[in-house]
Amino acid sequence: MLSYLANPLRFMRFSRLAVPICFALGAIMIGWSLYNGLLVVPPDEKQGGDLMRAMFTHVPSAWLCMGLYAALAGASFVWYIWRHELADVAARAIAPIGAGYTALCFITGSIWGQKGWGAGWHNLILGDSRLMSVLVLFFLFLGYIALRAALETRQKAARAAAILAMVGIVNVPIIKVSVDMWQTTTIHQPSSVLSIGNSEPRAEDEGMNPVYLQQLLWGFGGHTLLASAMILMLMRSEVYTQQADRQLALKLEAS
Amino acid sequence: MSDRRLIEGRGLGAVRGERVLFRDVSISAVAGELILLRGANGSGKTTLLRQLAGLSEPQAGDVKRISAHHWIGHTNGLKAHETPRTHLQHWARVWGSDAEVGAVLERLGMTRPANVPCRMLSAGQKRRTALARLLLQPRDLWLLDEPFNALDTEGQSKLAEMIESHRAEGGAVIAALHGAAPVKASREVEL
Amino acid sequence: MTASPLFSAFRSSLSEAWASGAGLLLPLGFFAGTAALVPFTLGSDAELLSRVGPGILWLALALSSMVTLERVFQADLQDGALDLWLQDTGSISLVAAIKTLTHWLVSGFPLVLLTPLIGFMLGVSPDKMVPAMLSYALGGLVFFLWGGVAAALSASVARAGLLIALIALPLYVPALIFGVQVVDAGLESPSFLFLCACTLFALGVAPAAMGAALRLAAE
Repeated sequence: MLSYLANPLRFMRFSRLAVPICFALGAIMIGWSLYNGLLVVPPDEKQGGDLMRAMFTHVPSAWLCMGLYAALAGASFVWYIWRHELADVAARAIAPIGAGYTALCFITGSIWGQKGWGAGWHNLILGDSRLMSVLVLFFLFLGYIALRAALETRQKAARAAAILAMVGIVNVPIIKVSVDMWQTTTIHQPSSVLSIGNSEPRAEDEGMNPVYLQQLLWGFGGHTLLASAMILMLMRSEVYTQQADRQLALKLEAS
Repeated sequence: MSDRRLIEGRGLGAVRGERVLFRDVSISAVAGELILLRGANGSGKTTLLRQLAGLSEPQAGDVKRISAHHWIGHTNGLKAHETPRTHLQHWARVWGSDAEVGAVLERLGMTRPANVPCRMLSAGQKRRTALARLLLQPRDLWLLDEPFNALDTEGQSKLAEMIESHRAEGGAVIAALHGAAPVKASREVEL
Repeated sequence: MTASPLFSAFRSSLSEAWASGAGLLLPLGFFAGTAALVPFTLGSDAELLSRVGPGILWLALALSSMVTLERVFQADLQDGALDLWLQDTGSISLVAAIKTLTHWLVSGFPLVLLTPLIGFMLGVSPDKMVPAMLSYALGGLVFFLWGGVAAALSASVARAGLLIALIALPLYVPALIFGVQVVDAGLESPSFLFLCACTLFALGVAPAAMGAALRLAAE
């Protein structure tokens, strides 16, 4: 599948169809999960009452932003080893979407946490290790985008950015572990509050109501499709931009 | 003169941004040759030379480096705090060469400023110091980017003489050059 | 690649750092200056200062490591020495590692030696001073290595200072966290082992990344 799409012409043909389909399906699934999540399911008083409804955006985006960084590193790796131009186009397109989802995850997480921690909402953000990991991930995306923007040619930008993404991905687990350790030893929150901070639900958790999990999965599927659609769209525009630049370079030299 | 190949580049191509500098350039050097790369500014002479030297990755084609080479780019590689003598001593150490630095400096007429920090030297003196690296260690192939730049007539004739004796000893030179050449080339490659 | 080219690389970057005397004093001045500003921002409450003191020193160390990193590889790129290193040595990664270590020795290690003085000023208790210095030394090494990767990646960028900071700061997080814990909990704590692990990991991975980035910068 992937090697089939590595041909730019085939990619353009495929993505032309895939973008609207992903958009439509994604919108339907996100809509369904939000409708149910915001209006139908009962609020969980232990998890902040109605504020916990932010979960239906927060949790899918948390899953996605980690996945998107892994995808960024994967695309960079493929480009670095095989020099598939399309892999670089993909990496370039993933970065802003990933940054957007980390921001979304962080914002919804802090809204959700607002009520849970009595002493003021900023304490929860700075005291919650998961949100801090997301914040660090946001800066990793930001650094990647800034480095790409700073280098003067596409080839240099691609190579430098690929190195950075690979350095980043090997550091992500270490950052995660260190941030988790930082929380348990320096911020002494009672565990009842921590359970609010620990936003990612697991099916085996006794408190997790299956109606929530179902909406989360709908939301996750929808956001995955939406992100894919946006990435494919950015990739298409990048392919077109490169074609236009090539024409422009020829024209400028001829004149 | 033998027919020994020292370097071989096949089907080389370079793209900068979306602009194609050159494509499908093949170049090889045998012992005793002096090849001049010719072309207007921006035609990619430096890029081709860097690809041959392995400093730049070719966007197409490949380079087979058969024997060792010296590289003199358009920057001299001198540090502000170094003197010509310490610079040459440093690289002799890195390369494990036991060449007599004093004699090398003398061949380029750099005996007098040998102990002056490079930040106080003129462009021509810095160029001579860089060219002196060629004599630190015998290597078959010299890759030179605009080697005559900044040199006075005396320096130019010294370099021309160095190139001639290098060729006589069975070496080869590939040089990018835009002006008139003070040396007789065996071949010219137009980009 | 034998030892003698590496030793030559060490000598030349040492004398380069030495020759640019202001560059050496710069991080020291920055470190001391930042730490000296703390009582002004947080007030002179001795109990508070001694509590936040080690953390403040960590922050100062992280920031001052970046003050000088911008020039480590940029100078080599501009004067063409990078081309020579790429041409004539077996491994640019080793050379990059040597250069970064030299840099740490010249402008990072003096900060460690300055720690007791500033720590005393901030009222850090004396029994914390040895763990603090050891963790500053190890953590500083991690900072310089990852900062070196950022510097190598942006070697061809004109005003790279802010870019280096943005790229490197997320990579500083683990060493920062473990380092602060070591100062708090002492050398017997698992955090010290984690900090050592971070240092070894950076020593293993960062040189390869620097080498790849420098090859790219020379293009």
